[in-house]
Amino acid sequence: MSTTKIAARIHTVNVDVRTPKKRGKTDLKTALVFIGPAMVGFVVFYLLPTIRGLYLSFTDYGLFGDPVWIGLQNYVKIFQDKLFWNAMKVTGEYVLLNITFQTIFALGLALLMYHVAKSTLVRGILLLPYLIANVIVALLWFWMLDYQIGIVNQIIEWMGLPRVAFFGSETWAIPTIAFINVWRHMGYTALLLFAGLQAIPRHVYEVAALDGAGPWKTFWKITMPLLRPVMVLVLVVTVIGSFQIFDTVAVTTGGGPVNASRVIQMYIYQKAFGEQDFGYASALSVVLFAILGIVAFLQMKFLRGNESELD
Amino acid sequence: MTTAQRVNNSRTGSKPPRLSRDNHPRQPLNWGRLSAWAVLTLAILVTVVPFLWMIRTALSSNHSLAANSASLLPADFSWGAFKRVLGMQSPQEALSQGGSGAAINFWLYLRNSVIVSTMITVAQVFFSALAAYAFARLQWPGRNKVFTLFLATLLVPPIFTALPNFLLIKNLGMLNTFLGIALPTMLMTPFAIFFLRQFFLGMSREMEEAAKLDGANHWRIFFQMVLPNAVGPVATLSLLTFIAAWNDYFWPLLVGQDENVRVLTVGLSVFKSQSPQGAPDWSGLMAATLIAALPILILFLAFGKKVVNSIGFSGLK
Repeated sequence: MSTTKIAARIHTVNVDVRTPKKRGKTDLKTALVFIGPAMVGFVVFYLLPTIRGLYLSFTDYGLFGDPVWIGLQNYVKIFQDKLFWNAMKVTGEYVLLNITFQTIFALGLALLMYHVAKSTLVRGILLLPYLIANVIVALLWFWMLDYQIGIVNQIIEWMGLPRVAFFGSETWAIPTIAFINVWRHMGYTALLLFAGLQAIPRHVYEVAALDGAGPWKTFWKITMPLLRPVMVLVLVVTVIGSFQIFDTVAVTTGGGPVNASRVIQMYIYQKAFGEQDFGYASALSVVLFAILGIVAFLQMKFLRGNESELD
Repeated sequence: MTTAQRVNNSRTGSKPPRLSRDNHPRQPLNWGRLSAWAVLTLAILVTVVPFLWMIRTALSSNHSLAANSASLLPADFSWGAFKRVLGMQSPQEALSQGGSGAAINFWLYLRNSVIVSTMITVAQVFFSALAAYAFARLQWPGRNKVFTLFLATLLVPPIFTALPNFLLIKNLGMLNTFLGIALPTMLMTPFAIFFLRQFFLGMSREMEEAAKLDGANHWRIFFQMVLPNAVGPVATLSLLTFIAAWNDYFWPLLVGQDENVRVLTVGLSVFKSQSPQGAPDWSGLMAATLIAALPILILFLAFGKKVVNSIGFSGLK
């Protein structure tokens, strides 16, 4: 789902506020028919589950019998849960590595595309990994990074370095998974930034050139400030996505070795479907939801995402 | 404009037009451009080589992989992995070539993925188009508020609704059915509605008004005028929806564990964990991932431009 989700978040900046001319009459009846199926989908699979998820987080519910109201107990337990804090630490590490490298590489690629290669072919090739399923990408790298006969370890050995247990060591598991997703998302993020670069009016650069600004100065004084709203938006979207890392972990390490890659969504999944503890798992996902909200809010506030230097 | 022109414009547009000593504009090829292309080529290689490695491994015979782990060509070329995955080998043959011997019902998973992705794409795009029309073109009280509410759901992380939705599908007795896998995304996604609404808003009203004067109702206008004029965006959205449905793993993992409805992504992760003989069947696994990625690769080859441009279209400005 992530393709569409991310793109949609990008769209929201741009909501069209034009309202058709009021003509005094409404098409309510027709509208109800047109919107009916979507409304059912919205209420049944988005709205009610959100409310039910909140409710379940205050209950003890093990799939059999009925949920039992236990107030804030789940939340108190989460606060004292070492595995939860471990999951947060591991997820944080992942997000930091993933986002830092992904954004730097993507920005570099976007600038390259903008300055030397606007061809659709180049953009298409760089986008390719993003269109291939997480599971497939994970399996491909699981093979290439295999300790015994993976090609990457062959190359490492040729270079005279010791082999690396990419998925098998506690130190390497998270950086490896973060790298795989940098590889998968780099081109897509670059395309988003590229679109942002194209939106910067040309005359601003011309003025800078007349004032004798060199490329370095132009980049920091013109490109970066004018790209900022897009950059912030891309960061908000990719960070939110990054926090929900699951597929790659599930397919490669399953959360191990020990707890080294047990990211938060993996932990929620294991609580719900491994231990049938739906109440606790719901509370965990409320916490994740809250964290995502706070992170997005802070990013928008401190990076001033909704102000543009152009206005 | 030719590509070269555009490239030049963008360059002069973004960098001061430095002039060489004899006052001619700088030649397009200089060290800066060369190194830029070198980096870009590196990025393209990093993107493409893993896929080539996937093909190379799939065409190798599994037993020979260990001994030839660094040879660039397939190790002991063989179609065996593809045959094995597609069930065209007897279990004995498969075992002797380094397969797990356990059957993987690849055709079944492929069929299931096609069914689920098609159900989701057709229904989601159709119902979302109806709703988008209502949001873009019909007058009704509370329209913008409802739309904002729809959009707000984009902020809810999928895991948050996945648990209650699992319980719902379970209570409805739809665990391990195609409908159970497809239903939550069949009626709408906020993105699909938003995507089409943007387009409908930009369509000219004149023809519609004329049709209305002729007594056409909204249904006729929608099916005979709006949809036929929206073939492009509808196709792009269908493509994005199909890819997303094809690639989804988490939800089918929750509700579609049963062999009969298991989709490819879930099937592949199961296949990976089946290696009773000890050594994993890497060539089989790569052949399987290659076939699983193939429909997306074909769609991308055919309509890649649409996808690439839709990301530009996502209208950051």
